[in-house]
Amino acid sequence: MNTDLGRRDFLLRSCSSLTAVWVSAHWPALLSAASHARKAGQSPAAPKLEFFTTDEAKEIDAITARIIPTDETPGAREAGTVYFIDRALTTFAIDDQKSYREGLPEMQERTHEIFPAVDKFSAATPEQQEEILHSFDEQVEAKSIRRPNRPRPAAKTFFETVRTHTIVAFLLDPDAGGDPNGVGWKVIGREREHMFQPPFGYYDQNYPGWQPSSTATDKSKS
Amino acid sequence: MMPDQPKYKTSDEVDFVVVGSGAAGGIIAKELSENGFRVVVLEQGPYLTEADFTHNEVKVLNEDLLTNHPKLQPNTFRKTPDEKAKPQRALVYGRLVGGTSVHFTANFWRFHEIDFVERSKIGPIAGTGFTDWPITYADLEPYYTKVEWEIGVSGLAGASPFDPPRSKSYPMPPLPVKGSGVIFEQAARKLGWHAFPAPMAILSEARPGRSACVNCGFCLAFGCEVGAKSSSLAAAIRMAEKTGRCEIRPNSYVHRIELDANGKATGAVYFDEQRKVHLQKAKTVVVCANGAETPRLLLLSANKQFPNGLANSSGLVGKYLMLNSGGVSMGVFDEPLNDYKGFAVSRIFHDFYELDAQKVGFYGGGGVDARFDLTPISFAMGALPPGTPRWGKDFKATLAHNFTRTMEVFGHGTSLPLETNSFSLDPDLKDAWGLPALRMTYKDHPDDIKLSNWLNARALELLEAAGAKQKWNFPAQEQQFAVHLLGTCRMGNDPKTSVIDADHRTHDVKNLFLCDGSSLVTSGRGQPTMTIEALAFRAADRIRDLAKRGEINA
Repeated sequence: MNTDLGRRDFLLRSCSSLTAVWVSAHWPALLSAASHARKAGQSPAAPKLEFFTTDEAKEIDAITARIIPTDETPGAREAGTVYFIDRALTTFAIDDQKSYREGLPEMQERTHEIFPAVDKFSAATPEQQEEILHSFDEQVEAKSIRRPNRPRPAAKTFFETVRTHTIVAFLLDPDAGGDPNGVGWKVIGREREHMFQPPFGYYDQNYPGWQPSSTATDKSKS
Repeated sequence: MMPDQPKYKTSDEVDFVVVGSGAAGGIIAKELSENGFRVVVLEQGPYLTEADFTHNEVKVLNEDLLTNHPKLQPNTFRKTPDEKAKPQRALVYGRLVGGTSVHFTANFWRFHEIDFVERSKIGPIAGTGFTDWPITYADLEPYYTKVEWEIGVSGLAGASPFDPPRSKSYPMPPLPVKGSGVIFEQAARKLGWHAFPAPMAILSEARPGRSACVNCGFCLAFGCEVGAKSSSLAAAIRMAEKTGRCEIRPNSYVHRIELDANGKATGAVYFDEQRKVHLQKAKTVVVCANGAETPRLLLLSANKQFPNGLANSSGLVGKYLMLNSGGVSMGVFDEPLNDYKGFAVSRIFHDFYELDAQKVGFYGGGGVDARFDLTPISFAMGALPPGTPRWGKDFKATLAHNFTRTMEVFGHGTSLPLETNSFSLDPDLKDAWGLPALRMTYKDHPDDIKLSNWLNARALELLEAAGAKQKWNFPAQEQQFAVHLLGTCRMGNDPKTSVIDADHRTHDVKNLFLCDGSSLVTSGRGQPTMTIEALAFRAADRIRDLAKRGEINA
C-alpha cells in the first residue's frame, strides 16, 4: 500500500480548499523526492565504501556505536552511521578527511597505551572502549543554548568530529539525505511526516480556547 | 524557477533600481511597480523557489544554502574601536531572493507607541545616542495594517491589553496553539501576566498560490515549501512580478552607487554571476540591502565628493548598531508536547514592554514568547540540560526522552544605540570579489545585559509556575553574533545626527533612499521585521509622491 498517497488523501480531506489545491498541485514533486530517498534505503546490496577501507570502517563503526549505543532501542549502528560518514567525507564534510586520516591511528595508539593487550579499538570490550573515548573527552562547558541560526564552530578534535558526524547521521531528516530507515527519528519520537494537524501533544489536546483573563480586561479599560 | 519578467537593459535608465529583495526591498519593489514605475531589483543571492527548499539541516545550517557564506564573504569582529578586529563569523542574513524574510521565525509584533517617543518620556541616557524617531506610531499605523492584510499576518486583535491602537483587525485568525503555548499561557495567568495568541507572518488560511501552514516543523532558518511563511519571496516579490514592470535580477552583487558630477546617483554597479561588472542606470536608487550591507555599500561608494562614504556627512553611516538583547530558557515537562510540530511561536506576552527604570535599576523592556524552534540535530547539539553526558547511553536516553518534552521561553529586549557599535570596512580582510570585508564592532550597553538577565529570571519563574520538571538558562554574555541588524543609517530630521530623513531620503544625495533595518532609530523589543515592512510601505508612498511631484530629480 502506498502510504504517501493515503497521507495525501487525508490531507486533502482535512485542509481548507485552497490548501488542498496547493498540496494537490505540488505533491508529485514532494512525493518523488521522498520515495526516491526511501528506495535508496531499501536497496538490497550493501552500500559501497568510498573513503574508508573495510578495516577503517569497522573501527569507525565501533566508535559511533559507543557515541549512540544500541540498547533497548536502535543506535548509530542500526542507522548506518559509518556509511553516512563515509559518504559525508567525499561530499559535504570533505574538509574533515584529514581529521579522520590522522585521528584513527591516534585512537589505535591510545588503545594500546591504555590496554596493551588489546589489538585495536574494535576488539576492546564496550567498557574498555568507553574508557578510551573518555580519555579524548573534552570538558566542554555549555555557556549558551545553541540557536539554529548561530554559527556552528567546526569540531576541533577527531573524537569531537566523529561525535558531531554521528549525531548528524542519526538525526538528519530521513527524507532529505539522512538514514532512509529513519531510525534516529523513531528513537527521539520525531514522526517522519512533514505535515501535522493539531492537537500536537498532551498539553494542547483539551485546550478550551484562548480567553482574556479578567485582569487583562481591567487593564485594557484603564 | 523564476516567473516571467521584463528584461531591462543596463543602459536603459529605469525609474528605480532597488538593491536587495528582502523584507523592505520586496515591498518597495511591489509598491513602486504597482504604481506604474519601471523597477529593477538587484539581489546578490540566487532566485530559489519553494521547490529548492529542503529540510536537510546540513545543507541549510552548515552549508548556508539560504544565507551569507563565510568563505565567500568573511568578516571580522572586535568589541571596541581600539581593538584590532579578528576574522570571525559575526552575522547571518538571508542571501537569496526574499532575503532574511525567507528563513526568519515570523514573529510579527508591531512596535508600540512608546518605541518612537521613549527618549522624550524618560529623558536622555548618558553615553548613548538614545533619541526619538522623526515619525510616530500614528504615522506608521496605516502601514502596519497594510502589512498585515497584503503580506498576510495571522493574529487576534485586542487580545493583549498592552497592544497599541489599530485601525483594523487581522485578516485571518491566529495559528493553532502549541503545547508550549498552552503551558505558557496557563503559567502566565497564575503569575498575573497576559499571554495572548502570537501575531505571526504565517498564513492560518490559504491565499491564492499559497498554502496555509501545514505545521512541518522546519520553520526558523528554513524556507517554506508551501508558501505559508509570508516572506518577500512568497508575497511581495510575486506581486511585483505580476505588474510586468518589475525585473528581479538575482546573482547581482552591488558594490557601488554611481554618482554624476552634480552628486546625483545615476545607478548601481554590480558583479553578475560571472563576476562581470555592470552599471544598471536608474533615475533613483533605493538601497534595502540590510543593516550590515546597506552601510557597507555606502562606505564602498566613497569618492572625491564623499571621501568618508556616500551620504555620510554626519559620519554616522554604519554606527549605532543595535542587535536586540534577550535570552532563551529551557523547560522539560513530564508528558510529550511534540512541539517540533508546527511553526515556532504560538503565545507571547508584553507585560514587561516598559519596565520602570526606577524600580528595576536599568533602562529597557521586552516581550516574551513560548516556542520550540530547534530541529533534531540542533536540539541534540545544544539543548540538553547542563550536565548531560555528551555521548553514550545516558546522552541517548536524555535525547530520546527530552526531544518531545522540551520547550523554550524566549525573552526579547531593547538594545541601546551606542556610537561605538558599528559595521565598517575591515582595513585588511577582503571578500571573494576583492572588496573590503564587513567589520563588526559591538559591546552591549550594561543595561542591555541587565535586562537580558532580568528577562531570563522571569522565564525561570514562569517555567517554575508551569511545573517544569527541569529548567535552565545561562547568564547573558556580551553578544558577538548578529541576527537583527538595526540602526546603522538612522532616520532623523537633523542631517548632523542622522543619515536619512523621515522620507527615507539620504540627507546628502537627493535621489538616493535607504530603507531596511538600518533606518531604525531605536531597537524596539526584539521583533523588527514587522516594523521594517511597515516602514517600507510608508517609504514607497513617500517616494511615489516625491516622484510624481517631480521632486526627486529636481
